[in-house]
Amino acid sequence: MAAPSIDALGQFGLTTGLGQLGRALHFTNSNEAMLAAAVVIVGIFALGLQARALVPGRMQSLVELLYEFVRNMCVDTIGEEGLRFFPLVFTIFAFILIGNLIGLFPYFFAFTSHIAVTLALALFVFVFSTGVGFYTHGFRFFKFFVPSGVPGWLLPLLVPIEIISYLSRPVSLSVRLFANMTAGHVMWEVFAGFMLLLTASLGVVGAFASVVPLGLNVALAALELLVAGLQAYVFAILTCLYLHDAVHMH
Amino acid sequence: MSEGPDKKAFEQRLQAAEDAAQGPARESEAKQASSARRAIELAMRLGVEMVAAMVIAVVIGWGLDKLFHTSPWLMIVMVPVGMAAGIRNLLRAAGKSE
Repeated sequence: MAAPSIDALGQFGLTTGLGQLGRALHFTNSNEAMLAAAVVIVGIFALGLQARALVPGRMQSLVELLYEFVRNMCVDTIGEEGLRFFPLVFTIFAFILIGNLIGLFPYFFAFTSHIAVTLALALFVFVFSTGVGFYTHGFRFFKFFVPSGVPGWLLPLLVPIEIISYLSRPVSLSVRLFANMTAGHVMWEVFAGFMLLLTASLGVVGAFASVVPLGLNVALAALELLVAGLQAYVFAILTCLYLHDAVHMH
Repeated sequence: MSEGPDKKAFEQRLQAAEDAAQGPARESEAKQASSARRAIELAMRLGVEMVAAMVIAVVIGWGLDKLFHTSPWLMIVMVPVGMAAGIRNLLRAAGKSE
């Protein structure tokens, strides 16, 4: 038997999903997970909104909590106008949250661990918020890059800084989510690989020793649960912040 | 859902029940939790904010160098600008959350 080795990045490889049909359409396992996330979200809402009770049951509570959490986030960060963007923010939050959570399960694919996906989401938010800025303020939106109360001779230095700071938004937004998800899954794989290596090289002693990486993985699972929720929250609140900047220009 | 006096009475009773059940202690607890959430959110953001500005600045400099055949001078010029933009990002992120 060949000695087991740690292939930490293999888990992120794309394969085709949905059998023959998927192969023909280039439908990947990442797309499959996205579809699953969408189905889970719609399913939770369909289930939770069936009762429509004044005193909500469990599912309805879950739905109402989610709704109110995002709604408060919108209103607190953007202001009353924020409700116009509530559907967008909620969609992004729910998609990333469920995507992160689905990715934690064995045999499921964490599509948020691909920078292609997170960058697409971040670029959409970036272009959309810039569009909102120009739509609300017209060409006065360019003033966003000119800090107020600064002597004129400093502007040639400060305007490029502001522009670069603005352009770095989609990068930081996408890299944060992608890096957190990837790092968590890589650590899981590495510790799981340790267990195989220990048993293969030390036999019975190694099998007992592999309790240590197993324990670490259990602790990591809790951490990853936190990170999955937190990253979805951070992505959504930054979307709100950028929309706030576009609507109010500070 | 039906609006009206029925709902208003319910809201009042809910408010009274919440006040009775929670009191001021629960409120400060909630405030503490939200400030902790802000702190974690900030910790997650700050590192990446700085690196992202740097990456964008260097990529712009590198692209302009390719365009004007001035390698590597514009990239070198852009590095301090990128650092400044990164610090600007940090200040903005830290200021917003207070």
